[in-house]
Amino acid sequence: MNKNTLFHPGLWLTLAVVALVGILPIPGQDAALREVSFTVLVAIVTAGSLNLLMGYTGYVSFGHVVFYGLGGYIGMYLLDSFGVSLPVAVLAGGAASALLAFLLGKGILKLRGAYFALVTIGVNEAVRTFVSTFEPFGAATGIELQFSVYKAYGGAAQALWLVYYMVVGLALFSVLASYFIKHSKFGLGLMTIREDEDAAEVIGIVTPDMKTLAFVASAILPGMMGVLFFFKNGNVEPGDAFRLGVSIETLVMIMLGGQGTVLGPVLGALGYQRLRGFLLTSPLFKNTQLVVAGILLLLIVLFIPAGAVGWLRQRFPWLRKVLA
Amino acid sequence: MNPGGFLTSLADGLLIGVVYGIAAMGLTLIWGVMRVINLAHGAVMALGMFGVYLLFSGLGLNPYLSLVLVAVAGLLLGMLVYYLAIVRVINAPYLSTLLATFAINMVVIGLGTAALTTTPRDTGFTLGSVSLGPVTLLGTRLVAALVTLIVTGGLYFFLYRTRTGKFVRAVANNRAAAELMGIPSMRILALSFGIGTMLASIAGGLIATFFSFNILSGEVYQQKSFIIGVLGGLGNPVGALLGGLILGALEGLLPLAMPNTWVPVIEFILFIVILLVRPSGLFGEKE
Repeated sequence: MNKNTLFHPGLWLTLAVVALVGILPIPGQDAALREVSFTVLVAIVTAGSLNLLMGYTGYVSFGHVVFYGLGGYIGMYLLDSFGVSLPVAVLAGGAASALLAFLLGKGILKLRGAYFALVTIGVNEAVRTFVSTFEPFGAATGIELQFSVYKAYGGAAQALWLVYYMVVGLALFSVLASYFIKHSKFGLGLMTIREDEDAAEVIGIVTPDMKTLAFVASAILPGMMGVLFFFKNGNVEPGDAFRLGVSIETLVMIMLGGQGTVLGPVLGALGYQRLRGFLLTSPLFKNTQLVVAGILLLLIVLFIPAGAVGWLRQRFPWLRKVLA
Repeated sequence: MNPGGFLTSLADGLLIGVVYGIAAMGLTLIWGVMRVINLAHGAVMALGMFGVYLLFSGLGLNPYLSLVLVAVAGLLLGMLVYYLAIVRVINAPYLSTLLATFAINMVVIGLGTAALTTTPRDTGFTLGSVSLGPVTLLGTRLVAALVTLIVTGGLYFFLYRTRTGKFVRAVANNRAAAELMGIPSMRILALSFGIGTMLASIAGGLIATFFSFNILSGEVYQQKSFIIGVLGGLGNPVGALLGGLILGALEGLLPLAMPNTWVPVIEFILFIVILLVRPSGLFGEKE
């Protein structure tokens, strides 16, 4: 790792944005503000992790939420049935998602383009319909935590703050991970695959292994995040855990901010969630929130496909020194 | 198990399967001609359902007459969507067209939810039933299967016996070469997209004559179209019809052997396995 990588202002700018979002509710112990930041931070982690696959490697997954849902389910199952502690459940959730990605990776990553996108929809639906009928996971009703589980963490109110601090930590870690992966040899390999997979293979990149590794890396953090989200929620159901719409919203965030950049998914997640919050609460757009989001997505796809950060970097080359 | 029940389940499944089949045919036609996966397919199907429902329950128009209007509207809507959302990104990476059609899906579902709510609807239309020995079939499903076969025949005639149909096939085969021959490829692409959504709206309209539905129902049928399209090989319209029959038979027969909730699990696993093992579909040539 050379010194310039570590001192690139883009890294510190991105970390500062995430830290600001994370710290905002802490001094005043403001629960309402915490909920806002919580939603944004969850989105930052899911968008940032999907960006490893989509932005760096060029594989568009419509099933990213499967890792979040599966991690959530494994964690909740362990918390509920075996009474493990939250950190253990979080690690187990991440490990389970990584394992699923590893097992799937070699198989489905040989498909390219739209076929890969289709198979990820299939994977998500197969897992969702399977979990909906799988008795140990509570089938269609899911898993609900006993209230006593929260006692170990000083009651529900304390537990919510604990979850929040862990989410802030994960979000900061996800920025570091996307930044250092992008500037590593591994990241360079992924971006070569994105530009031209056949050429990458010819110059000696073992593409199946690289892609699988990228898939696994993109699965871990959402798996951990899923556990925290559903622990905070108190219950997990198949419909909430594996909603296809969540995957697509994540794609929208990445497109909005700029795929393949470090700051892009962060800004995209922040912008999308704030816009969504605004639309849902505004009397004018309350019922047509989806329509506005759809039109926005269409405009981005048609007119600024590089996203906000990508567009700025193209338009103002000097910004490349500042925006990672 | 009594053979009558078995045959009835099978026949029911097959009759519904062909209706799924034409929705999938629309999806696969669009893919075959322009390499676009239309994520607004389900939304158009839902509009087809509501078209027939509103014309029938509001104006008292016969559902099959309504279907003609719905089909024309589906064709025009598809061409409009093409010019609004797809023409600019037709040569961009496939993610652009996936997201553009998904954006259309969001807009349609959003407007539909605001205007029509998500309460389940039922046309309450019935044509009695027909008994053949131990097998009893609903009239609406028989007519739906018949309509499907007529539409398929019409599509075949269009593609293989008309000049415009020949253009469509030429563009699907090699767009650059077709353009060099003076074929107006952009107009042909718009028409093809329109025909694809027309098939979706017809399938939706037919489904509305025998199942209850709401504005969100399209998504389930869109996923069935994906499964069927992949079974039959994306880009292969005849394969889509056969794929529809296979899926229909599975949906008819599997519930006899296992709880209903396992059926979609099997369908999606089949979908993944076929994509991995034979991405060109069961009837496609091996790549």
